Amino acid sequence: MKKTFGRAVLSLAASIVMSVTAMAADFKPVVLYDIGGKFDKSFNEAARVGADAFKAETGIAYREFEPRSETQYEQALKRFARRHADLIVAVGVGYAVAVRNVAKEFPNVKFTVVDAIVDLPNVQSITFKENEGSFLVGMIAAMKTKTNSIGFIGGMDIPLIRRFERGYKQGADYVRKDLTFTENYVGTTPSAWNDPIKAAELAKSQYARGVDIIFSAAGPSGLGVIQAAKDAGKFAIGVDSNQNYVAPGTVLTSMMKRVDLAVHRALAQAKDGTWKPGHTVMDLKDGGVDYALDKYNASLITPEMKAKLDEARAKIISGELVVGDVAGSNTGR
Amino acid sequence: MIDLYADTLLLVASTIRTATPLVLAGLAGLCAERAGVVDIGLEGKMLGAAFAAATAAAVTGSAWVGLGAGLATSLVLALLHAYVSITQRGNQIVSGMAINIVIAGLAPTLAGAWFHQGGQTPLLSGGARFTEINLPFAESLASVPVIGPLYSEVISGHNIITYMTVAIVPLVAWMLYRTRFGLRLRAVGENPEAVDTAGISVAKLRYQAMAIAGLLCGLSGVVLSTGLGAGFIRDMSAGKGYLALAAMIFGRWKPVPTLLACLLFGFVDALQGRLQGVALPLIGEIPVQFTIMLPYVLTVLILAGFAGRMVAPKASGIPYEKDH
Repeated sequence: MKKTFGRAVLSLAASIVMSVTAMAADFKPVVLYDIGGKFDKSFNEAARVGADAFKAETGIAYREFEPRSETQYEQALKRFARRHADLIVAVGVGYAVAVRNVAKEFPNVKFTVVDAIVDLPNVQSITFKENEGSFLVGMIAAMKTKTNSIGFIGGMDIPLIRRFERGYKQGADYVRKDLTFTENYVGTTPSAWNDPIKAAELAKSQYARGVDIIFSAAGPSGLGVIQAAKDAGKFAIGVDSNQNYVAPGTVLTSMMKRVDLAVHRALAQAKDGTWKPGHTVMDLKDGGVDYALDKYNASLITPEMKAKLDEARAKIISGELVVGDVAGSNTGR
Repeated sequence: MIDLYADTLLLVASTIRTATPLVLAGLAGLCAERAGVVDIGLEGKMLGAAFAAATAAAVTGSAWVGLGAGLATSLVLALLHAYVSITQRGNQIVSGMAINIVIAGLAPTLAGAWFHQGGQTPLLSGGARFTEINLPFAESLASVPVIGPLYSEVISGHNIITYMTVAIVPLVAWMLYRTRFGLRLRAVGENPEAVDTAGISVAKLRYQAMAIAGLLCGLSGVVLSTGLGAGFIRDMSAGKGYLALAAMIFGRWKPVPTLLACLLFGFVDALQGRLQGVALPLIGEIPVQFTIMLPYVLTVLILAGFAGRMVAPKASGIPYEKDH
């Protein structure tokens, strides 16, 4: 009895706070980041950029949450769902199970989950064809390497990250077949995203063994790879966000996964009322993935390389060239 | 054969880098526990020092200022722990864990407030980091067979704190076993009553031991954020404080065995990185999950099979109270 009363008081207090903040607009979106945080210069930061763009366009503020451990996924989802959020955008493959559980419990709340597929009537799932973007950066690595040896460092060993590796390898093979390929994974738990020391050590070991370009798909841990590349005077390839600016001249290119577009689109759709549940795949064709070319790496990508990349891109878009996928990695196609 | 030799050297170099923070933290724990204070707060002190060092280095652009800030932060935390467990006779595990939890939350919060990069400090470069030092002739000797690669890969090319660590291990051993202070320090961890009877202050000795532990642990944090890494990232100590504690127990509270235990942990860690994705004869490619498990399996096996009986300092963890 006492507990119920306490809860009632709490929710009353919450609703007062909410109604004050909700005065600006009636649409109340929430963005939940994955472990690593919204300033990881990579995956989560892309989500933040998308949400910020939406905020700048519409003036609608969004609430956000950065979990410290995987046990907080479900708590956070429940807490925001209970507080009458209109749309909860959860970015990260780790949210799959938590979103499934919470979406069932709150059928009136809309959920958008990025990188995972949840088949429920109030959930929109957005995944990317990372293998297509990784194919292109694999081609770049193969065209650029001087030691004929390229490397890959993944964060947590999950099918999603294996998909980056698969595309990267296939892209490199597409250019030339004689390359040596070295791969490492930082770990098998979510803490693998947050261990730049370990990632740097793996990168040092790869560079010492003759690798001269490493593609890291490891969230914040990837910063360790970039730092190791800078120390060794070798190349690194960034991931998710455009990381070329992090270390100009060291970051050869970045495999951009436009989580910002996905988050922005979900927010805008929910506001207009065009939001639909179901599964969307963002690929090379609709600009969901691509390699980054800007002033920081313009001197590293020659026109001949660019021509080859454009040719391959056209072939992938037309379906002439099929980039392989990894079983269980949520491609949905 | 030559490939195997080169690979081994790379593994050894990687082991030395990985083991540096472990050795420093392990020695810190050792100094504290030999004096009778259990120091489970190594993790927090390491993280606190890493944060302070990265912050000071980012602001001033000098790794040496970072070093000072890191040492000072860890020293303050160590003395706080000392105050709780020596003067106030509080529970040492609780105090240590409190330090771990407070720092794990406070460091990213402060970093977020100061740098607005979500709990990270800016990436450090140039003079704000302790970069790898190439010893003289490392380049020119690299082509000499056998000795050349050994010199250029393993001995040369570490940061200055790693070289300092090499000197610190014998220094701590000498202090513990060859000086009067060391004798008293060990005595105060075994039988504080006897030390007290001899007219020496137990509290003062324990405070001194904790100060040394604080400085050593601070150095391990500094090497994390300004030597091996380039800036502070939340939870970057990743359990190394606890691992160091395990290495110290495994090393039976003695400096050289502790060093060896840390090197072993570093080696299996380097080895698992090297074994990933490599096809071994007969077995084929080993799954990543298995290679990542390897350090822990090895630790359990060694602890269970070879380490023998562990005897902690008798008065470790017990606050000293004079009989009234």
